[in-house]
Parts: sequence; C-alpha cells; structure tokens
Amino acid sequence: MKFRAFPADAVILASGGCGLLYGRSTMSMICTGSAVSRAYQAGVKYANAEFIQVHPTAVPGADKLRLMSESARGEGGRVWVPRTPQDPRDPKDIPAADRYYFLEERYPQYGNLVPRDIATREIFDICTTDGLSVEKDRLCVYLDLTHIPRETLDRKLGGILEIYEKFQGVDPRDTPMKIFPAVHYSMGGLWVDYEKSASGGLVEGSPRNQQTNVPGLYAIGECDYQYHGANRLGANSLLSCIFSGLFCASGVIAGAARGGKEQGRLFTAAVKRQEDRHQAILSRPAGGDSNPYDIHGRLGDIMTRVATVVRRNDQLSQAYDEVCRLEDLWRHCSLSDTGNWTNQNVVFTKSLGDMFPIAKLILKGALLRDECRGAHYKPDFAMPGIEATDPAEQRAEAERWCDRFEANTRKWLKSTIGSHGADGHPVITYEDVDTSLLPPRPRLYGLVGGDVIEDVWRERQAMAAEPAAVGAAS
Amino acid sequence: MIRAVDTSELVADQQAEASPPREIRVRVLRQDAPGEESYWARFTIPYEPNMNVISVLQRIAALAKSHDGRRVAPVAWDCSCLEEVCGSCTMLINGRVRMACSSLVDNLFTESPGEIELRPMTKFPVVRDLCVDRGRLFRSLERVKAWVPVDDSYDHGPGPRISPEEQEDAYPLATCISCGCCMEACPQFNKIELSRREGEADEAFEARKQEAYDKQFLGPHAISQAMLFNGHPTGKMNADERMESLTGQGGIQMCGNAQNCVAVCPKRIPLTRSIARAGRAATVWAIKKFFDR
Repeated sequence: MKFRAFPADAVILASGGCGLLYGRSTMSMICTGSAVSRAYQAGVKYANAEFIQVHPTAVPGADKLRLMSESARGEGGRVWVPRTPQDPRDPKDIPAADRYYFLEERYPQYGNLVPRDIATREIFDICTTDGLSVEKDRLCVYLDLTHIPRETLDRKLGGILEIYEKFQGVDPRDTPMKIFPAVHYSMGGLWVDYEKSASGGLVEGSPRNQQTNVPGLYAIGECDYQYHGANRLGANSLLSCIFSGLFCASGVIAGAARGGKEQGRLFTAAVKRQEDRHQAILSRPAGGDSNPYDIHGRLGDIMTRVATVVRRNDQLSQAYDEVCRLEDLWRHCSLSDTGNWTNQNVVFTKSLGDMFPIAKLILKGALLRDECRGAHYKPDFAMPGIEATDPAEQRAEAERWCDRFEANTRKWLKSTIGSHGADGHPVITYEDVDTSLLPPRPRLYGLVGGDVIEDVWRERQAMAAEPAAVGAAS
Repeated sequence: MIRAVDTSELVADQQAEASPPREIRVRVLRQDAPGEESYWARFTIPYEPNMNVISVLQRIAALAKSHDGRRVAPVAWDCSCLEEVCGSCTMLINGRVRMACSSLVDNLFTESPGEIELRPMTKFPVVRDLCVDRGRLFRSLERVKAWVPVDDSYDHGPGPRISPEEQEDAYPLATCISCGCCMEACPQFNKIELSRREGEADEAFEARKQEAYDKQFLGPHAISQAMLFNGHPTGKMNADERMESLTGQGGIQMCGNAQNCVAVCPKRIPLTRSIARAGRAATVWAIKKFFDR
C-alpha cells in the first residue's frame, strides 16, 4: 500500500452519505463518511449533521437493509405485528384477532398510507417502545401482501417482489414481508457556499458555488448540506446530485483559472504524516480485546437507537459519552492484519476512526436542537394540535399555536454549523436561512385542528401583505 | 498452484446431518499476494437465519480466527452495494460463479449442508484471497468503445427520441454490472496474468498488460455492450469503430457458442442474442469492407 499526493487547483468531494455510522443502513459499504470527516477534522465546516432521513420500509438483512418501495403499501399492503410480543407462530397461522394492524387502528383516516415520516415513527415506536417487534434479535414488522391476488401482484409489483425473493429467499406472495425503517440519506454534509444574484438566484459560473469554507475545496451531491434542509423529498437526491454537479463545474474552472502558488513542500509533508500514521496503526500491539468490527457494531447500535427516528435529550447525552468512550477504545484496538498488501483491516480501522467526529456532530446537533423539524423529531418539543371543541376556544388555541410557530421559526429556522474543536468536540453555531423568496409556513399534515390553524395562518399572511397593497394602490 | 488437501476430512464433513445447522463451516481458497501459492483456510461461524455470503465473510473478518483457533488475517474480498448493482462481489461459491450478495446461505445449504466453499474467479489474476484484478474486463469495454462519445458540455438541446420497442430491446443490455460472471464461465476466455518486471514503473506495466489483453478474446460482455451502443441513435455513429474491434484480434470469431455466458449472468441479459446479432453484423461488415476497397 502506497501513499500518493495529487496536487490540484481544485478538489471536488462527491463521496456520498455516511450510513455506515449507523451500522446497517440502505447505503453501500463505501458510504463511511470518511472523506468528509477528514475535511471536517482539517477545518472544513459541516452543517445540519443531525438531519438524517430514515426510510419507512426497508428489508432488514444480515449485512444491510434493502429498500422496499412504498408502492407495496400503495397497492394494498397491510402493516401489522402479532399482539403477543415475538409470537413464535408462523404469521400465516396467526388469526386476525391476534394481529395488531397498528397503522390502521391508530390512523383510521389514512390507514397504511400515512405519510413517510409518520409511518417511520410508528413502526419504530412499535418495535422499540412497545416491544412488539416480530423478531427479538432483528427489529421488524410485517408488510403483508398475501391477501392480494397473485396475478395483481405480478402485474403491479413484480419487480420489487423479485428483489425481496432474491435476497430473502421467500416469496412475499405467500409469506408476509419483514420490514423496518432504515437510515437512508444524510441531508447534512459539508457546508458549501453560493453566490447570490440580484434576483435571489444563483450566479452561474461563480467560483463560490459549491465551494466549502476552504477556497478550492468543493463538495457536491449527498456529501454537501444543500437543497434538502431538514427533510429530503423523494427522488430529490437525484436533483442535488445533478444540479450541484452541473453548477459546480463552471465555477471550478473559473476559480482555477485564477491560479495559485506551487506548494510542493506541503504535499510531501502531508504524505509523510499519513505514512507515519499508517505505520503507527500497523505497529499497535496485537491480541487486544477489542477489534474494529466489534467497536463499529456497538457504534451502529447506539446511533440507531438514539439518533434516528425519535430523539430524546437524555438518550442523546448518554450516547455522546458512550461514543467518546468507543473512540478511546478505537485508539487502542488491535488489528488482525498488519501486512502492507491489500489490507482491508487497516483501511476499515481508519474509516471507523473517521466515523466518531461525524457521530459527535450528529449527536450534539440533535441534542441542542430542541424542536421538531423535518427528519429531526423530539416528542418532548412537539407542538400538539388543538384540544378544544368550542369554536371560539379553538380559534384562541390556533392563534397561540401560530404565535408559538413564529417564535420557533425565528429561533430555529437556521442551519446548524459544526466546526471541529481542538479538543475533538464539535463547536456548534447557527446560520440564518434565506427565506426571502418563499416564506415558511406550518406543516399541518394530520394535526388535529389543522384546518383552524390554517385559517388563522392565512389571515395573518393576508394582513401582513395589506399595507403594501394599500401603498401601491394610492 | 494449490497444495494437496486432506480429502478424508472433507468427506466426513459432507456426511454431516441435514437438520437445522448450528454452525457454518467455510473453506476459502486464500492467496496472500499475486503469484504466491494458494492455500485452503477453514473457518467456523455460528449459524444465523437469512445470511448471505457477504455476512458470512463479515463474521469471519470480525472473528479473525481459523477453525482451529489460530489468529489469521481476515479474508479479503470486494463488495460495495450488496444489491447486485455494483458487480464487485463476484466469486466462485460452491464451484459456481455468482454474486456473494445474492447467494443465500440457506439456499447454498440445499446444495451442500453445513459447508460453503469460496474461491476467487479463475479467469482473472488474484490480487489477494477473493480479490481479483478485473482490468482486462474494462480494457475490453475500451476496445469496443462501450459508450456514447460526448465532445463537450454545451447544451445540445433535447436528445434523439427512442421508441418504446427500441427501449425494451436495449434496456436488458444496459443492466450489465461488469461482474465478470460471463467471462468466468466462458471456455474461450482464459486468464492472462503478467508479473511486474524488476523496477518496472506502473505505467509501463499497465501498457504491457493491455498489449497482452488486446490480443485475446474480448469476452461476452463487451460484445453485448457493443451491440447496445451500436443500437443507440447517437452511439451508432461510431458503429464502424466497434465493428473493427469486434472483427479484429480477439473478436467475435473467437466465440464458440458454448452458451455458458447467458446461463450464469445474474442480470439475465440475453447475451447470446447480442452475440448472434454481432455475428450477423460482422458478416455484413466484412462484406461491406470487401466492396469498399
């Protein structure tokens, strides 16, 4: 294994997400976040780390979770768990009375077609809080298609059912599928800039577009923090990948044309540093108790338990300390391969080391953000719906709700900016979000009394616009 | 070279009971570096339901001990997506070439209860253990220019329209994941392995390898990819160059119609259909060239 330096006028990172921090996710084995972690540790700002998207329906496997399309529910699939915890019976032998169709019972109006984040939270709660997971060792619920005629399934869902059969070895037309929410996408990533035009759009060709706080270092795609804020919409990772790639290129060329000084010594020194670090890791005493795979498994368990769907401050705080302890363990863990040829063990060990800074960013960002926004859900700070039944009281509650919403927006509609502290802990600050083109409004989906709140909100927007209209008319 | 192995042990294992196993016995053909001797290594891990060969290898890496308790380096293998899209995890599992991610332990146990055998592909040089060098696979794609050349990044306006029939015909060919299964199975595709000469630079070694590859069979995947791009409205502007490669050294004339390729392709690509079309196109091309002289 050799170390080489590649001096360049500009570097563009497009290293994807950091799902491996969570142990098992829908991401590939190469999505360790290692490259962005190195950048962060070298002084690049990392933003919105705490916003991690969890897809509601994925198929748990021994090695990863594989996405199961929501169209399965769209075509009539029913989600359920046995009422008896970890009922040992074959699902086909469990009668309807012993089945808890929890989405249908808890959301009679939407049933299995509740929005993604609600489905994710419910499935997660059923398994973790209520302890009703189908299996003890691997959390999952049933997604049942067996009541739908085979011909219909083959015609409408043939492709996705084939995937289930190929990787699980059972036919979902005969046996209910086992699914569980999975970490799927990291909305956060390296902070990147853009040059704003007079009309509020993007200045094409500006070297600032997609540039991090380090001039000449760019980031695009999932590894940047742009475009999705707190919650990525379906198919929009494609948007950010195509858009950021397209609009980064012209800026990079313009920026590189300005030229820079030759810094050969810097690169030689950097290569030497990495070689020394590599040798130090290879020279660790063998035969220790902890190995990097165990440590990685424990990190994944902690992160999945506290930093996915539901966040609670006591859990986040505890997890932060545990992650720091794991990082200490990592510093002394032994390698099982100290050779210098295709040594996957040392490569994995290094990428594991890079996971801790990002994990701490996620946990600290989540801990400090006391609100619910997009994928970040803290039930202790959720804004409940309207309880009153009397119209006048409902109105008053809605007014208070809107006040609280506006105060919350002023306080929290900001990007979380993380910088790597000298002591290894993240330093968190906040940056305003430009809402001049599209003012924020409440997301009221499924909230009790949402229609009253919506009315109050619309009135407030109309009143706010009036003074300008009067001025224009006269 | 493989050292002789004690077969009596293997036979006894095969006679083990077929009821739900408590453990998985794995034997892996390991090799520490290119050109070194290969040797069998044996591992035992606890059985878990729903495992695939990827998770078996992950458990072996975490364990880092052979079946007799000795500390050993983890088995090296390539993988990435774990969903049969990246094409990295090709290997010989119980003697057949397949993807490790979609090879389920429970299914493998119906072939040989309790035991799994893993070997690297035999048609590509071994880098280490189950990792092989597939540079020749990609060189073949270069030889047939398996892409649509784009001159620049300016806006050329909307692309050419493709009918639904053309799309249905082309799409299966586009699902190729460059896994190498077809080459492993092809009797006309043989391993080319060069050793680096004393003091040879990377670039020189690479050039020498490519020179050797260019004389030998392209492989079924490259023939199919050539047909895919020859069928594309823009790609067909380079059809002549692709036909030159397909009828040159190592071209389609080397296919012996064994039809092993289509039998092992994990994406079920109709490779023999592509090869048949390439054959017809080659005939037309040869005649055209004859009259164009």
